[in-house]
Amino acid sequence: MTYPYFPGCTLKTKGAELDACGRKAAEALGFPLEEIPDWQCCGAVYPLAKDEIATRLSSVRALAASREQGGKLVTLCSACYHVLKRVNGDMRNDDDIRRKVNNYLELELPYFGETKVLHYLEVLRDTVGWDELKKKVTKPLTGRKIGAYYGCLLLRPSRELGFDDPENPSIIEDFIRAIGAEPVIYAMRNECCGGYTTMENNTYAAKQAQKIVDNARNCGAEMLITACPLCMYNLTKNTDGSVPVKYFTELLAEALGLEEQNG
Amino acid sequence: MLMDTIAAISGVNPRKCMRCGKCSGSCPAYDEMEYHPHQFVSMVESGRIEELMASKGIYTCLSCFACIERCPRSVEPARLIEAVRLAVIRQQGKNHLTPEQIPQLLDEDLPQQAITSAFRKYKR
Repeated sequence: MTYPYFPGCTLKTKGAELDACGRKAAEALGFPLEEIPDWQCCGAVYPLAKDEIATRLSSVRALAASREQGGKLVTLCSACYHVLKRVNGDMRNDDDIRRKVNNYLELELPYFGETKVLHYLEVLRDTVGWDELKKKVTKPLTGRKIGAYYGCLLLRPSRELGFDDPENPSIIEDFIRAIGAEPVIYAMRNECCGGYTTMENNTYAAKQAQKIVDNARNCGAEMLITACPLCMYNLTKNTDGSVPVKYFTELLAEALGLEEQNG
Repeated sequence: MLMDTIAAISGVNPRKCMRCGKCSGSCPAYDEMEYHPHQFVSMVESGRIEELMASKGIYTCLSCFACIERCPRSVEPARLIEAVRLAVIRQQGKNHLTPEQIPQLLDEDLPQQAITSAFRKYKR
């Protein structure tokens, strides 16, 4: 089954590996991703203000386009997932926001939050299944000790995202096991890395990112994996670099034996 | 008046807070803020909005949603911090980040996501 796909701004540029490896692996696993036409950047942060409409429009456009294409929308980037899913919740549950957005957009058919937003990892867990993924692995990453870095955007607020247990998540650890490696549990795997403050207060972002890397290393992680390009940047550029960081799709492609075809 | 603005932007009722301090205990930016999340909520409740608008802490909230996740009363402190920040930057000439500052902040690995989110958070 083909899924409508929202790449987002960064996956076309600095986060190209997250996108390329994810698409390749999806193809190999039987759920090819098809980019929705004319998508616009989701805005990267969810508009917390109840009175903001303009900052929700690009998400609603993507969500409404996916409604016409099967009713699901897959993302790879943590931030896109977070923003699209929460705006979708607003369109479903907040009368005021729904009315104003629909008044502005004048879609052929008003949008009521019908699309289901899925993160790629959820498709792996709920549609492919970990056992099935394990069977498709040709180059298991045996012996590799890998820490899952969840950060904040995939998990919280769990009432709205429903991605996994926000305090003790397991989806990325299950993924790591499925590709044959050993997950390392460390305390700060669901702490925020300091993300967008890197431009406003780099010292602070660096301090926060280093704490996470130190904690992971001290618990035995030889590598961290993430689904967020901003976490990727923060955990590599704003730390001592003592723990390499990869996108989870890079390891997935490696385990599926798709790396050589990359050229 | 300012209190009404904050209530309209945030949709939060600070009077629901029971001062358990879980938000501040969870906050990764605790040390970077002169008013910690539980104090922030209390100050909004008592109308001390101007002090909050002048504080540096409104720019250090990471929007990581730990406080929102863990609040047993669903007060959503991060929404209040966002609302106060917006009350500042929605004023003429009060942007916290301007396009002119961007070139010197760029490096070759900086993801687009960083610039987009910084503008969304710091500029109107």
